[in-house]
Amino acid sequence: MTAGRDYDSVAVGTVLGPLTVPVTRTDLVRYAGAAGDFNPLHFSDRSAQQAGFPSALAHGMLTMALAARLVTGWSGDPAALCDVAVRFTRPVPVPDDGVGARLDIRGTVTAKLDGRRVRVALDVRCDDVKVLGSAQAVVQLT
Amino acid sequence: MAADRPAAGHIHPPTEIYEVSRAKIREFAEAVGADSPAHSDPAAARDLGHADVIAPATFPFLVVHRASSRVLSGPEWGLADASLVHTAQRIVPTRPVRAGDRLAVTLHVESVRRLAGRDVVRMRGEVHTDGGEHVVDTFMTFTAGGPDEKETGR
Repeated sequence: MTAGRDYDSVAVGTVLGPLTVPVTRTDLVRYAGAAGDFNPLHFSDRSAQQAGFPSALAHGMLTMALAARLVTGWSGDPAALCDVAVRFTRPVPVPDDGVGARLDIRGTVTAKLDGRRVRVALDVRCDDVKVLGSAQAVVQLT
Repeated sequence: MAADRPAAGHIHPPTEIYEVSRAKIREFAEAVGADSPAHSDPAAARDLGHADVIAPATFPFLVVHRASSRVLSGPEWGLADASLVHTAQRIVPTRPVRAGDRLAVTLHVESVRRLAGRDVVRMRGEVHTDGGEHVVDTFMTFTAGGPDEKETGR
C-alpha cells in the first residue's frame, strides 16, 4: 500500500490548511513529559516572568511539530517530510486561563522539485503575529 | 562561556544509546496531535512499508536534546541551561525513527560566533543507529550569554 498526495495534482500556489490548534498549559506539560524537556519556562509563570514574559511559553519544538503535522496530514504520508526548517522568532505565551493560545498554521507550495517532491513555505501565527521565521519543508509526494 | 570552549569542527563523540520504544513514540505523537495510525499501530506502519511504528518528524530532537543539553551545560561549554535560547532548528531525515531503533548522537560544532553581545552556537546532531546506519541530521542554533556577561577573548 502506498500513501500520499499525487505530485501531479499539486501546483505552485497550492494552499495547505489552515490548521488551527489550541494550545493550553496542559498541552505544554504533556509535551514536556513526552519530549523530556523540563525547562520551567514552559510550565512555570514565575520562571517566565523572571525572564520577562507574561506567562509560560510554548516549546518552540511543539510549534514546529504542529507545523510539521499540517504538512504530513496534507500529504497523507506520516513519513513524507524530507527536510523541515524553522527559526523561532517570537515567543508563544500560553496563559493558564483555561483558554491558552491559538496557533493558525498555513502552508503554500512554492516550488515543484525533482523526484516528485515539493517545497512548502509555512506560516504559523499566534494572535495574527508570525511566530516562526523562514519556516519551510520539503515534502515527498507520490 | 568557558575560555577553551570547543570551536567549529569540534566533534563530541557518540552518546550512550537511546532505545526507542513503541510507547514513547505513541506518547510523543499524542502530545503533538499526530494522529496517523503509523505512530501507534505496527500493522498500519507495516502497510506503509515500515518495519515498526514510526515517529513524527520532530521526534529525533528528543534524542538530540538529551545530548546537546548535557554537552552545553557541561565543563567544555559551561553554558547554564537558563541562559540558552533555542533559536533555529532544521531536521533532515534519511528515514523515519522507528520503534526498536537503538540511537546514538554525534554532535558536530558547525560554528561559534558573537552576535549582538551573545554567543551563537550552531551544531549538527547526527543521529545514527548503534550499527552505524545514518537516520537523521538535526541542525540547531542556540544563543547564550548576554551583554552583561564578561567575555573571554572573542
